[in-house]
Amino acid sequence: MKPAVDSFSDNARDALKDVKLQDALERLSHGFPEKRRKAIERLPEFDDLRDAARDLKNHVLEHLDFYLERFEEKVIEAGGTVHWARDAAEAQEIIVGLCRDHNAKTVTKSKSMIGEEIAINEHLEAAGITPVETDMGEYIIQLRNEPPSHLIAPAIHLSKDQVGDTFRDNHTHLSKARPLEEPRVLLDEARDILRERFINADVGITGANMLVAETGSLVIVTNEGNADLTMTLPKVHIAVASIEKIVPTLEDASTILRVLARSATGQDMSVYTSIVTGPKRDDDLDGPGAFHVVLLDSGRAAMLGRPMREMLRCIRCAACLNHCPVYKSIGGHAYGWVYSGPMGAALVPNLLGVHNARALPHASTLCGTCEDVCPVRIPIPKLLRLLRQRDFMTESAFSVNKRAMRLWARIAARPRLYRCLHKIFAGLFGKGAGRYTHLPFLRKWTVTRDFPAPAKKSFIDDISLRKCNKK
Amino acid sequence: MVESKTHDTKFRVGLFVTCLVDLMRPAVGHATLKLLEDAGCDVGIPVTQTCCGQPAYNAGDAKDARTIAAQVIETFEPFEYVVTPSGSCASMLKIHYPNLFKNEIDWKSRAENLAAKTFELSSFLTDVLNQKIFHAPCSGKTTYHDGCSGLRELGIKRQPRVLLEQAGGIELVEAKEAESCCGFGGLFCVKHADVSTHIVDAKIDDIQKTGAGLLLGGDLGCLLNIAGRLHRRGIDIQVRHFAEVLSGHDQTVPAIGAEEQTKETSS
Repeated sequence: MKPAVDSFSDNARDALKDVKLQDALERLSHGFPEKRRKAIERLPEFDDLRDAARDLKNHVLEHLDFYLERFEEKVIEAGGTVHWARDAAEAQEIIVGLCRDHNAKTVTKSKSMIGEEIAINEHLEAAGITPVETDMGEYIIQLRNEPPSHLIAPAIHLSKDQVGDTFRDNHTHLSKARPLEEPRVLLDEARDILRERFINADVGITGANMLVAETGSLVIVTNEGNADLTMTLPKVHIAVASIEKIVPTLEDASTILRVLARSATGQDMSVYTSIVTGPKRDDDLDGPGAFHVVLLDSGRAAMLGRPMREMLRCIRCAACLNHCPVYKSIGGHAYGWVYSGPMGAALVPNLLGVHNARALPHASTLCGTCEDVCPVRIPIPKLLRLLRQRDFMTESAFSVNKRAMRLWARIAARPRLYRCLHKIFAGLFGKGAGRYTHLPFLRKWTVTRDFPAPAKKSFIDDISLRKCNKK
Repeated sequence: MVESKTHDTKFRVGLFVTCLVDLMRPAVGHATLKLLEDAGCDVGIPVTQTCCGQPAYNAGDAKDARTIAAQVIETFEPFEYVVTPSGSCASMLKIHYPNLFKNEIDWKSRAENLAAKTFELSSFLTDVLNQKIFHAPCSGKTTYHDGCSGLRELGIKRQPRVLLEQAGGIELVEAKEAESCCGFGGLFCVKHADVSTHIVDAKIDDIQKTGAGLLLGGDLGCLLNIAGRLHRRGIDIQVRHFAEVLSGHDQTVPAIGAEEQTKETSS
């Protein structure tokens, strides 16, 4: 998917008018946050676990080279191969190359945000290989040719009617007249179709929630078990993950697992937590003959050693999306690429370049709820402010935005001039009570809101005058 | 009407009134001044104060934000405490100034000194002065909106409620989403006006569910936003800063955006 992050304003406006999307967001707003709250109530040490998860990720980021090399050694020991991809193009080339090496016609995929980031499906298709998404949400949006609108619930923007219509349009071998109202029926239909795909796939591609350095293992969590079928049934398993997914030990992985599902869906644990190491061994009953891990950098190493490295702690739980007033108003597609909500606004400018994602750092009220709910305590508002600073510095000195801000700042730094202008403003617009329904210079405010009238005399002027009178 | 704990030594308090209160709603400034003086503080109001620089800071203009911050630091250096009737401006001084000057050693310590002695009004009255307020406002069913910066950056939640409950005469009904953002977000409310409006509508729906006739808060930005939208939607809920109620200014000053009682039409 080509990023379209700079049309954020237009996208947001369209999203606000999309009635079905608004219904879906209403359901999300009440679902996930409530479930998370209840899960945390049951675990009094949750905040301590968040500290532990933060410290763990910080430790890894300070020693990332060490742990990555150790991970590679262990993968090789287990009989697998690690491939290093500097950017999306290298990752695509490696994955398509591996699929070709194994003469793959069909590839099953379990949900992977890195897969979305590198748009692997498009590149597989271009190489004549058919990718099949096996996560229910991903399967639906693949049929609709849409990007995910949420980290863990990619089709959250759709109603079950829309899903039914999508199935009717795509599963043309089934009777047109079949009932598709119930979620259970939709699930069963997808399951029937996917079973066959699982069995016939030549290669299975998964993401990874964590990479364990001490054992060379992948930790993969799902609620549908689709990752397990994706990685055990085909001859070849390719996992694609970004470099910051490393944890030192299995014990450390459990620290992350304890905060992950609770933050995401309010479950104590996801339904399936699988730890896989290397290809099938001689005495294993099943499993892939070949095991490849593609590690993607794509801008992440450049974040190390800088304030932005904090964003690399992110474990993709989506709690920040579920609690964000902006995300809950417009959904994920408005953000224009695969990552959305507060984490997307803070991450994407680092991956695509600030100049290519200028709208995103401003797509926030800086209310701080994201930081409040983050399981690894990422200070997202602070990072958004830093990105705004980078954007402001690169902005042309002649831009209206920059000149207006500079002018205002110059006035605010000159108290006498400031007071003078205050007096003029109060003289023109001051009423002391009531409001304006229209103000030309605040048109964006007054389109939907009245503007309470300013005072006839400012507080400081009033106080100064009273002091004079007293004397 | 206000009894302070000790009157032996008067605290020398600098009142940072905030640019919005100064320009839009002086009543909040007068209310704050009264509450502080009633508490036995010796209040100074530097007339050279302008803005805390938050608009520049949040827009990414760190250089201009530093210029303005330096001016605030110098202006308020002579005071023992700095008090401001705004969670977000207090947070700017307490949390963000030291951050703005983190690479300038001299200024960093001056910023940290200012940060340590700066308090949001309700926090100063309760946490520092341990004030009791006996003025009994008659405001009926009231709900409270927690401004984001005050709540999440400074931990202000209990303080205004303690003061309001002690004052009596108020039936405080908590809104389910009292801690949710109102959509103001500084320049966000004009930059993404439609999203901002959607957020404030959700806020208003939540406020309406409490059945309260009065909404209080501690940040004028939020209050202007909520009041502006309430008026546009024709919903009869009054909006005020909590200081107005505690000081009794609510008896003489119309609610935010409301007409003087003699005339009923809006402009």
